[in-house]
Amino acid sequence: MAPEPPLLSMSGITKSFPGVRALDGVDLDVQAGEVHCLLGQNGAGKSTLIKVLAGAHQPGTGEIRWRGEAVTLRSPIAAMRLGIATIYQELDLVEHLSVAENVHLGHEPTTAGFVVRGKAAKESTSALLKRLGHAEIDPARLVGELSAAQQQIVSMARALSHDVRLIVMDEPSAALDPDEVDNLFRIVGDLTATGVAVVYISHRLEEIRRIGDRVTVLKDGRAVANGLPAKTTPTREVVALMTGRNVEYVFPDRPVSPPPGEPVLTVRGLSRAGEFEPLDLEVRPGEIVGLAGLVGSGRSEILETVYGARKPTSGQVLVDGKPLKPGSVRAAVRAGLGLAPEERKAQALLMLESVTRNVSVSSMSRFSRGGWIDRGAELGAARAATRELSLRPDNPSVPVRTLSGGNQQKAVLARWLLRGCRVLLLDEPTRGVDVGARAELYAVVRRLADEGLAVLLVSSEVPEVLGLADRVLVLREGRVVHTAPARELDEHRVLDLVMEGSPAS
Amino acid sequence: MTQPVSPPRDSTDKVPEAQPPAWRGLMARADVRTLSLLGVLAVLILVGGITKPDEFLDTRNLQLVLTQASVVGVVTVGMTFVIISGGIDLSVGAIVALASVWATTVATQEYGFAGILFTALIVGVGCGLVNGVLIAYGAMVPFIATLAMLASARGLALQITDGKTQIVTVPSVLDLGERDAYVLGIPPLVLVFAVVTVIGWLVLNRTTFGRRTVAVGGNPEAARLAGIDVRRQRLYLYLLSGLCCGIAAFLLIVLSGSGQNTNGNLYELDAIAAAIIGGTLLTGGRGTITGSVLGVLIFFTITNIFALNNLQSDVQQIAKGAIIVAAVLVQRRTASTT
Repeated sequence: MAPEPPLLSMSGITKSFPGVRALDGVDLDVQAGEVHCLLGQNGAGKSTLIKVLAGAHQPGTGEIRWRGEAVTLRSPIAAMRLGIATIYQELDLVEHLSVAENVHLGHEPTTAGFVVRGKAAKESTSALLKRLGHAEIDPARLVGELSAAQQQIVSMARALSHDVRLIVMDEPSAALDPDEVDNLFRIVGDLTATGVAVVYISHRLEEIRRIGDRVTVLKDGRAVANGLPAKTTPTREVVALMTGRNVEYVFPDRPVSPPPGEPVLTVRGLSRAGEFEPLDLEVRPGEIVGLAGLVGSGRSEILETVYGARKPTSGQVLVDGKPLKPGSVRAAVRAGLGLAPEERKAQALLMLESVTRNVSVSSMSRFSRGGWIDRGAELGAARAATRELSLRPDNPSVPVRTLSGGNQQKAVLARWLLRGCRVLLLDEPTRGVDVGARAELYAVVRRLADEGLAVLLVSSEVPEVLGLADRVLVLREGRVVHTAPARELDEHRVLDLVMEGSPAS
Repeated sequence: MTQPVSPPRDSTDKVPEAQPPAWRGLMARADVRTLSLLGVLAVLILVGGITKPDEFLDTRNLQLVLTQASVVGVVTVGMTFVIISGGIDLSVGAIVALASVWATTVATQEYGFAGILFTALIVGVGCGLVNGVLIAYGAMVPFIATLAMLASARGLALQITDGKTQIVTVPSVLDLGERDAYVLGIPPLVLVFAVVTVIGWLVLNRTTFGRRTVAVGGNPEAARLAGIDVRRQRLYLYLLSGLCCGIAAFLLIVLSGSGQNTNGNLYELDAIAAAIIGGTLLTGGRGTITGSVLGVLIFFTITNIFALNNLQSDVQQIAKGAIIVAAVLVQRRTASTT
C-alpha cells in the first residue's frame, strides 16, 4: 500500500528580496495531526517561509503540494480556501469591531447576500470560543478591550471559523503568562487530535520539547535539518544546527588591553515597566559593549530608552557623570549620544532626500548662520564624513534611497560622526546589510571605537555581538542573566542562556 | 517600505518665467513637473489668446489676473510649508476673513495705514499660534484643530461685522488699490506676492527652517531621533501659515477697499488644490514653492479665460475639479515611470 502523501509538502522553495536571498531552497513536510516546529535564529527565513505558506509572498521557485496535489497559493484567500490559517505574531485584529465581527470578518453569515445575521455570527463565535476553552469571552465585546492572551484566542477562533486543516502559529507564546501557555498547549493538543496539523514557531526549546512532534531547523534561508524528533534530539545538536555557519564573518582585532578611563556612559537602574527590568551598565571611551538576546528580550527598548526616545519608569542615564533629562532625545543628542536605529528606513533616513541632507540633518547649525545654510560647507563636511567611512558611491548628492543597505547604514553613522558624537548606540547594525559588506561595517565600528567613541551594540545575531563587542550582557525577557568579557563566551553558551534561561553557574 | 519615487527636487526648483536666453539652462535644471506646469500655463495663454485675442492679452487684463491671484497666492505659500510638513490648514480662508474685518473696524482705522496692516498681521499670527499650540503641544490632528479654527474665526468675523461691509476710509490704503497704482512699475499686490514667493522659496531651500520642515514631513520619527524639535517646528509652521493669511487679508482690504466676514471664502480649497497641482505630497516630505505658485497662476488664468468667454462660475468649478484629478493622475504616472 502506498503511504499516505503528507498533508503539506514544500520543496525547493526560494524567495529573494532586493539584495537578500531570504529562502534558498527550503523543504518542509507536514503530516496531518502533527505539531511541526520551525526553529531558527532571527533572519533564518522562518517568517518568509510562513508568509509563502499563507499566500502572502509568492515563492521564486519551488513546489507546494497540498494532500499530494501541486497548488499555487496566489493570495491569502487562496491559502485559506485550502484550509491553511496563519496566526501572526502581530495579531491582525480590528480593535474597534466586536469579537464576533472579527471572527467572521470577510465571511459573515448573511441573509440575501448582504444583511449580516449578527445573532448567527455570535452563536457560532460562542461555540468556537467554548471549543477553545474560553467560553468567558463575550462575542459582543470589542476586541480592543481584551487582553493579549484573549486576543490570541479570538485570532485562533477566526482560524477555526474556516474549515481549517493546518494552522501556522508564529511565536504564539511570546505574549502569554505560563498558565495561558498551558491552555494554548491544551488547545494545540485538541486540534491535532482531530487531525489538524500545527506548524509551531518558537524560540523556546522547552516548549518544543513539550508539544512538538518533529522539528525543522532553518539557517541562512535553508533547512539544515528536516523532521528531527522533537522530544529526543539533544539540545546541543539543535543549537549546533542553528548556529553552524557557512559564512564566517571577519571581525576586527580588539585592542590588547581594555581601554582605561572613566565611563562616558553610565546607566543606573534604568527600567521600563513591562519591557525590561532595572539595568546597570557602563561604557568607557574606546569600548564596545554588546547586548545579546532574542526578539522580545528588551534589547531595542533598552537602547531607545537610553537615547531618550522612550521614557524610563525608573533609573538614570548619565554622560560624563551628569544625568540626562529622562525621555528627551534632544538632551541625549546634545550630550553626545547618537542612535543608529533598528528600522533604518522608518526611524533614521529621509528617503526622499540626498545623502548630504541625511548626514547633515543633526548638525545643521554648524553650516548655518542665522538659519541660512552654507551649502558648500555642508556638502564638504558631508563628503568628508562619508569618505571617512568609505561610503559608496562617493557622491553625497545622490538620493539616499539608491544606496545599498550597508551604505545607508554608513550614512546614518556619518550623521553622528559629523555631529561629533561620543556615545554611539547601534541597534541591529547589520540588518538588511549584505554578508560581504558586514565585515567592512564591523571594521568601521571598531575603528570609531579605537578613536575614542563609546559604543553600545545590540544584536539578535549572537556571533556579531561576540565578535565585535569587548564585553557582553546576555538578556532574557528584559533581564540581564549574564555578563562577561566577549572572549570568555561562545555562541553555544549564549544561546543556552537566552533559550533555556539557566543562570550562570 | 515603499516610498513614492520621484524626480529629484530642490536645486532644480527654478524661476517660473522662462526667458529666451535662459531657456537651455532652464531645460537642464528644471524638473519634469515644473516644465509640465509651465507647459500647461503656456497652453492656457494660447487658448486665451486665440479665443479672446483682444481682451485676454490686454495688459490690464493680465495685470488683473495676477492681482487676483496674489491674495490666494500668498496664502498658498504658507499652505505649501504646512503640507510639506505633513499637516494641513483648513482655517486659512476664515483667518483671512477675521483678519480683514478686525483690521477694518472703525477703531482700528483710526490708527491709519500702519494700524490696519499691523492688526491684520497680528490677527493672522494669533490664529496661527492657536492652531500651532493645539496641534504641536495638544497633540490634536491638524485637520480637526484647523477645522475648529475655521468655524470659530468665521463666527468671530460675523460677530465683529454683524454681517455688514466695513468700508475703508484711510486714503493711503485705498490708493494702493487704485488701478493705476504701481510700485517699481508693478501693481503693489503683485509685488507683495512676488516677494512672498521669493522669500518662501529661499526659506524652504536655503535655510535650516526649510530643511526641518521637509524632515518633519518626510519622516517625523527619523526627524525626532535625529534630534530635531518636531513639536516646535510644527508650531512655527502654523504661525507661518497664519502670517501669510494676515498678509493676504491686508491685500484683500487693499483690493476691495473694505472688510467683510465673507472674505476668503473657500481659500483653503484653492490653496490646497494649487499646492497639490504643483506637486506637493499631501502625506508630506516633498513639495515646491514654484509648483504651488504655478498652480495658483493656472487656476486664475482658467477663471479669467472662462469669464471672458462668458462661462459661468459653475463651469469654472467643474473645470477646477477636473484639473486637480488630472494633475494627480499625471503625477502618479510620472512618479511610477522614474
